[in-house]
Amino acid sequence: MRGSFSTITKMFSTSVVVAGLLMSVPARAADDTIKVGILHSLSGTMAISETTLKDAMLMLIEEQNAKGGLLGKKLEAVVVDPASNWPLFAEKARELISKDKVAAVFGCWTSVSRKSVLPVFSELDNILFYPVQYEGEESERNVFYTGAAPNQQAIPAVDYLMSEDGGSVKRWVLEGTDYVYPRTTNKILEAYLKAKGVAAEDIMVNYTPFGFSDWQTEVSAIKKFGSAGKKTAVVSTVNGDANVPFYKELGNQGIKAEDIPVMAFSVGEEELAGLDTGPLVGHLAAWNYFQSVDTPENEKFIADWHKFIKNDKRTTNDPMEAHYVGFNMWVKAVEKAGTTDPDKVIDAVIGVSVPNLTGGYSTMMPNHHITKPVLIGEIQADGQFETVSQTPGLVMGDEWSDYLADSKDLISDWRAPLSCGNFNVATGKCGGKGTN
Amino acid sequence: MIFIRAIGLTLLLLLGTLLPSNAAEADLRAIIAKFATASNFSAIEAVVHELAATGDRAVERPLAALAEGHLYVRKNDSLVFVGKDGAGGIELLDPLSGEKSGDAAKGDITKVKVNNTLRRAIRDALGTLTLGAKDPAARIAAAATMFKTPDATNIEPLDAAIANETVASVKALLEQARAASVLVSDRPEADRLAAIALIGARGDRDALSLLTSVEANSEGTVKDAATAAMARINSTLALWDAGQNIWYGISLGSVLLLAAIGLAITFGVMGVINMAHGEMVMLGAYTTFVVQEVIRNSFPGLFDWSLVIALPLAFLVAALVGLVIERGVIRFLYGRPLETLLATWGVSLILQQAVRTIFGPTNQEVGNPSWMSGSFDIGQLAVTWNRLWILVFSLCVFAVLLYVMKRTPWGLQMRAVTANRRMAASMGIRTPWVDALTFALGSGIAGIAGVALSQIDNVSPNLGRGYIIDSFMVVVFGGVGNLWGTLVGAFSLGIVNKFLEPYAGAVLGKIVVLVLIILFIQKRPRGLFALKGRAVEA
Repeated sequence: MRGSFSTITKMFSTSVVVAGLLMSVPARAADDTIKVGILHSLSGTMAISETTLKDAMLMLIEEQNAKGGLLGKKLEAVVVDPASNWPLFAEKARELISKDKVAAVFGCWTSVSRKSVLPVFSELDNILFYPVQYEGEESERNVFYTGAAPNQQAIPAVDYLMSEDGGSVKRWVLEGTDYVYPRTTNKILEAYLKAKGVAAEDIMVNYTPFGFSDWQTEVSAIKKFGSAGKKTAVVSTVNGDANVPFYKELGNQGIKAEDIPVMAFSVGEEELAGLDTGPLVGHLAAWNYFQSVDTPENEKFIADWHKFIKNDKRTTNDPMEAHYVGFNMWVKAVEKAGTTDPDKVIDAVIGVSVPNLTGGYSTMMPNHHITKPVLIGEIQADGQFETVSQTPGLVMGDEWSDYLADSKDLISDWRAPLSCGNFNVATGKCGGKGTN
Repeated sequence: MIFIRAIGLTLLLLLGTLLPSNAAEADLRAIIAKFATASNFSAIEAVVHELAATGDRAVERPLAALAEGHLYVRKNDSLVFVGKDGAGGIELLDPLSGEKSGDAAKGDITKVKVNNTLRRAIRDALGTLTLGAKDPAARIAAAATMFKTPDATNIEPLDAAIANETVASVKALLEQARAASVLVSDRPEADRLAAIALIGARGDRDALSLLTSVEANSEGTVKDAATAAMARINSTLALWDAGQNIWYGISLGSVLLLAAIGLAITFGVMGVINMAHGEMVMLGAYTTFVVQEVIRNSFPGLFDWSLVIALPLAFLVAALVGLVIERGVIRFLYGRPLETLLATWGVSLILQQAVRTIFGPTNQEVGNPSWMSGSFDIGQLAVTWNRLWILVFSLCVFAVLLYVMKRTPWGLQMRAVTANRRMAASMGIRTPWVDALTFALGSGIAGIAGVALSQIDNVSPNLGRGYIIDSFMVVVFGGVGNLWGTLVGAFSLGIVNKFLEPYAGAVLGKIVVLVLIILFIQKRPRGLFALKGRAVEA
């Protein structure tokens, strides 16, 4: 027993030494590379969505290195796995910044994970690029939001459904998974619909747990709600995993898009890959990018992606485009500032404008949100979306919703002299409070 | 000579029949050509209405193609074609005759865009056109469409169709469609009252929807009649709603039973707290995926049989993995429940990550065979085929398992080991192998549950996570170590859940069920049906 114990100690100390040696290698190389942190879950529940983003970032970094790197140095990706565990996100973020000394971090998916890393980024003063559509009601100095704010996705989507092209919808089902993004988005939508004259009895709000799989009652409730003689639509903020059974049940109970269309905010090409979309043709999604968008930039992006991932069946999606835009913005800002020092880059990135994949330019605004086009697409039989409506110009991300009483007076402007993420225009003071 | 004259006569006759339709055809072609210049959805819709107004059955082909997104405009000459996916790009067919008129690469043609509003317009237009179709199904579809989009101009064609109709069931539908149109017309009150009676007798949600709008737009006796009819429909629908909740509950119960029945063996009979149970279900689902991939690529004709083929394979895969887990990990940990819990939890993470590495983290598509798609109606109750088959399947699995446990020598050995390990061993039963095989059996059953669940849930590495808590709940509630307990537990939890859901919502409903179970366990710690066995002694 004693013998085996000392063997274990020996093995342990050897492995510590080996690990130490391994760690010291990148530390020595640190001077001639710029490190970029990638904070996406590679295991656990969220791996389904986030792994793709990790791969997309690796591709973007590889391409930048092929172009000669940044400021004459090569970029080096540091990938960590926060394992879909919210507190672990904060720990891994700290590790990336303090130990690996990364110049910027690209990561997070769920709002909880973002909220969990916020204090770390402001304490250690680093940069986070967050690529996913979210509920808004936030603007932090160290975070750049390259996904859509509610007014860049939810509001235009509802506008489309209310229009003649969208079917002049009069009755609304707001169906969501029970967490912060759907709850806040639905709160904003409810206020918006009521402002547009929709009566309270024409709105039905329903929430289901994460990973919900038995949709029979919900779908039949939608059917029932939709048979009141008014055109009805479902606005779905149902999250990732629960979508497949939801759509399967819709198809099986024969709810056709022509009768009750479902407009989804969290269903992209990736989610549809697990579905036979034949019965779902015509159901909608609102994003700022679709794989089917026909531009030379997008064609190149898709070709590069297929080459990088070595599988030409893999789809591209909206958050990948957000990383594409965000990464190029960061590169441009670093070039502009001439340094990777986060403080300088945070100031330099405002106003930076880079091409997006839909044929235009996206610009970083002073509120750390970007300008984007809004596309409404219908699901096709091949699992892709076809754009049926597009906003005429770019929409600027509005972090504090104008439709919520708590946040309608707030604005965010990170340029000097204001430098405030929640300036209250009614009281003239920085430090207003939103709904979260 | 006679021969030549005959040919001449035939030609003349042919010409005679062709000429007028040629003229009409030219008109149709002129309208179809407008698709090439229509720039937005409302312009396309105008063309659709114009085509439908001709009343010519020939426009069915281009309209149906447009609805499916198969109508294209060739870029160089702006001609409109129906497209079909061919070997080298897209095969172009004439929009009226359907004859092949060339091929085109994807870049040379543009698709005429279609959205929901257009699809609806086309459906309505086709509804009127197919009223006289030979196929009764097409006539039923036409009647259904016209019922949903009542219009005063529909009455006359419907009257004609009703007069010609020979099938009684179709005739009834046509009469209902006519009644719906009468209600939006300015026909006399007596006609409208008769129509309300007819629609009230139909008694479904579509009828209710129609009557709601009639009630809002009319007054006097018509309004009163509509209100009364609605009240009648509502009271029968309330009954059907209760029936529907029971059916949904039974259906959820069958899913719970499938997920839990393997656990009833590994946890219930053997007393192993197996946290990797959900991953066995997942392995079964992935086996189905692999089988379907092979079938899609090599034997597409067998697709409807894919689930039947996947069943034994899923059983073997999951049972084999279960055997390895038992021999490799669990047999060292018998009698130490906490360590078993942690070790199997670790195994579950390893299995998940292994599947993620092999198949990728994204969802895999598992198709529904044709006999598991769609639904049928019993009165006002829509029963989906996949749920029905899963119910049947779960009961079959239960029956087979019960037979194995109660009627086979192996089952006898299993029960003997459970009841008294030492005595069983001294009777010559090789208890370690019985343990291993029992665990493999439980895992294998979980594997075939995965085949069924792949039909209603998404096949991803996280599949098992969603079922593990529910499975434990069912087994504990039903009584550890008793298969009948698992059956009753699964169905009662399913039904209670589904009755709570409409009132409390899905989130609160689940919490209430959990609290109820905790209270129940306080009262009866051994569940519904308690059994003596190793699990109880431990």
